[in-house]
Amino acid sequence: MNMNADTREHLIVIGNGMAGMRTVEELLKQEPGKYRITVFGAEPHVNYNRIMLSSVLAGDKTIDEIVINTREWYEDNGITLLSGDAVTKIDRDARTVTSASGLTLPYDRLLLATGSKPLAPPLPGLSLPGVCAFRDIADVDKMLTAARTHKRAVVIGGGLLGLEAAWGLKQRGMSVALVHLMPTLMERQLDAAAGQMLQRDLDRRGIAFFTNGQTEEIMGTERAEGVQLADGRSIPADLVVLAIGIRPNIDLAKAAGLQVSRGIVVYDDMRTSDPDIFAVGECVEHRGQVFGLVAPIWDQAKVCAAHLAGDDTAVFVSQALSTSLKITGVDVFSAGALLAADEADDEITLRDDSRGLYKKIILRDGKLVGAVLYGEVSDGQWYLQLMRDKEDVSALRERLVFGRAFAEAGSGKPAGPDFAAMADSNQICGCNGVSKGAIVGAIKEKGLCSLADVRKHTKASASCGQCTGLVEGLLAFATGVDAKTAKKTICECTEAGHDEVREAIVAQGLKTMDAVRAAFGWKKPEGCHKCRPALNYYLLCTWPGEYSDDSRSRFVNERVHANIQKDGTYSVIPRMWGGLTTPAELHAIASVAEKFNIPTVKVTGGQRIDLLGVKKDDLPAVWGDLNKAGLVSGHAYAKGLRTVKTCVGSEWCRFGTQDSTGLGVKLEKMTWGSWTPHKVKLAVSGCPRNCAEATIKDLGVVCVEAGYDIVVGGNGGIDVRVTDSLTRVATEAEVLEYAGAFMQLYREEAHYLERTAPWIARVGIDYVKQRLVEDPDGRRDLHERFLLSQTFVQDDPWAERAKGAEAHEFAPLPALEEA
Amino acid sequence: MEPHWKRFGPLDNIPVQGSRRLCVDHRLGPIAVFRMADDSVFALVDECPHKQGPLSEGIISGNTVTCPLHNWVIDLASGTAQAPDEGSTSALPVRVVDGQVYVGLPMTAEQAA
Repeated sequence: MNMNADTREHLIVIGNGMAGMRTVEELLKQEPGKYRITVFGAEPHVNYNRIMLSSVLAGDKTIDEIVINTREWYEDNGITLLSGDAVTKIDRDARTVTSASGLTLPYDRLLLATGSKPLAPPLPGLSLPGVCAFRDIADVDKMLTAARTHKRAVVIGGGLLGLEAAWGLKQRGMSVALVHLMPTLMERQLDAAAGQMLQRDLDRRGIAFFTNGQTEEIMGTERAEGVQLADGRSIPADLVVLAIGIRPNIDLAKAAGLQVSRGIVVYDDMRTSDPDIFAVGECVEHRGQVFGLVAPIWDQAKVCAAHLAGDDTAVFVSQALSTSLKITGVDVFSAGALLAADEADDEITLRDDSRGLYKKIILRDGKLVGAVLYGEVSDGQWYLQLMRDKEDVSALRERLVFGRAFAEAGSGKPAGPDFAAMADSNQICGCNGVSKGAIVGAIKEKGLCSLADVRKHTKASASCGQCTGLVEGLLAFATGVDAKTAKKTICECTEAGHDEVREAIVAQGLKTMDAVRAAFGWKKPEGCHKCRPALNYYLLCTWPGEYSDDSRSRFVNERVHANIQKDGTYSVIPRMWGGLTTPAELHAIASVAEKFNIPTVKVTGGQRIDLLGVKKDDLPAVWGDLNKAGLVSGHAYAKGLRTVKTCVGSEWCRFGTQDSTGLGVKLEKMTWGSWTPHKVKLAVSGCPRNCAEATIKDLGVVCVEAGYDIVVGGNGGIDVRVTDSLTRVATEAEVLEYAGAFMQLYREEAHYLERTAPWIARVGIDYVKQRLVEDPDGRRDLHERFLLSQTFVQDDPWAERAKGAEAHEFAPLPALEEA
Repeated sequence: MEPHWKRFGPLDNIPVQGSRRLCVDHRLGPIAVFRMADDSVFALVDECPHKQGPLSEGIISGNTVTCPLHNWVIDLASGTAQAPDEGSTSALPVRVVDGQVYVGLPMTAEQAA
């Protein structure tokens, strides 16, 4: 397109960060096409979620996952992105900007979103290699590189950013010390009590704290070697991260003669002292206040976009703010005042040291003006709203500190939020700044009916997830259907739930997917990607040996017996019974990896060896070679039995009480090949030291002198759940019987894609005990049904395919002669 | 412009409700042919508009395929993602004549000349 032919006004945005791009997104929403838009970004990237850098550092997210707008987004919206090119000069008389690369462009409107710079005190040694800030992707790269090649890190600064940096580096395997100038951590957000609890928890997680520590010098000659404190303490370090705060980046605005103070001064309409120049984000100062948290910046973006779009009525009001910390398992919330300002204020405190709970609220003239929560923060948003509403809460005073459920239960108000009375502007999702009005609007306009839909369309509850309960409540309020009590159907094709369908398959003798779909009046005759795998499993489980598996209803991994990876290659994991292997097997694995140029060989958490990056067409040949050494499929791709993890047990270990490895092998020989509602992992530990981590497995066995403790329903992963104790038995034979019966009960009664942990949470461990422990005949029947179904599935799927079965799955179609 | 038709053998080489990727090195990217339960066929550039996942490995139901990587549902006739996801991959003309599958590949400038 010829840019000169575009007669629209030209909006130049300086800064490709969250504030600037959110303003552009809002503008596109309100008045698409009004401006020709050019964006300058100093960093060589697209726009990303800076808040999540700590999650990238900690390994919870990748850079790709925190990208907000891809290059296609800029293209699709006709925005010219000049990344890696910083603006160096604004000429307000000529109405042009000039960039580092020498480009000069005229503007009609200018938006400054230059963000902030890390504060750097005048310290000797700041410029040494191995010293960095924690501000952008380049800093994170430096920190990750250091974490790979070096051991010791010192973080300077015990605020939000410093703590998240310290935690991230700890997660990356470094030993981490944190230096903080003040006596307690996060002193601007937490009072001394909560700050101390936080320090104690993080200290237990292995971060060493140096509070009251004034850094005097970063020592080192070639690179950073340590940090010297003013009181004489010194801490060795290979990496020093400065995270003591930020200051608005005002250099460009100042040079252009705009009014600046701590930040670029803006009025309520987000205009600077030049009415054609706007500013948003961390670079601005509004009524004496500067901003470091995301929520008010989203509000600024909205107001600024409205004025750019031509709406002169929008006004930015700075609201009470809350803070939370992104460290897994450490829950901190703070909003408003931290302490009583004088005797007229009331502080109400609840403290339970053994459970690590702390709550403090501050009341002034009957209104809530501050809240500090530690350990349990689910009421945070409620307190924040009470503060924003400036409502008189005297009537709740005695109950307020115990949280919402308790406070409202005693006040005659319905428990839970009153959505009807809630204002549309009431913010539901703090991360993405989504209001009640926006969510209800989207639900009604677009006919949304699931949490996933609401997340996709509004971004509400899509970031940290703390507001998930509220969003579900709103969904129920707006649609009149309570998501929690509403029947969970298998998918959108049917009104039928999992249990009904399973019962009908047995009771009516339904033996094909078509029969099931006809019996329940499926809306789509062929079903969808959600119900087909479920029905296929239910039929396979109910009619062993009779129903023939429908490969077209299986997810690709189970169809091709390998795990698809993000680039379309596959991973291959041979079975190693109970985690045992032999030199011959290892030779075979090594030869295969070399012969097929397999790029990555990795040991898995389940005591197996993973060959990653195998090309699809190579799979049958790879399996053939592995088969020759006696290696078979490890079913690491299956909703089925994955692994039985073991410790070495009494054969070698001086603590071992029983032969845990041998028992693990027997369990695996019995259970391999089975299809289950979701994946199943077993483990056997040879003594209560539990080195095989049996207490977070679907079924675990912990050997003791007197026999075997059987535990069930554990889970690692996102929601860690420790197993429930099922029973203790005396012999291996009994363990095998219980394990088979447990597998079968789970196979017959859980919903498809329901792990044992949520299944047991749903039906209760007492029910499982009743079926397996209190009813020995029932247990034996279950075990027998399990063994029967196993007779039909214990064939190595790799062997068949290596010999040529299902060849069409693996080779592409060749083109024949020209037509 | 009339596409360049290439023959890929009998329809029975493609599983019902299944797909095969083609051995062609085309500038559009990898190409896959999909066979429905009623033996109708579709051809798409085998890349999900989301993260370029291989659509040929997805579960096919109705006239849609679900990408195996992140469950985007793509309409086989148009190549367009179902709402609320947005994006599309290219759909190519495909015919079955006398039980043989033919796919119409857009001509390269060279072939057109």
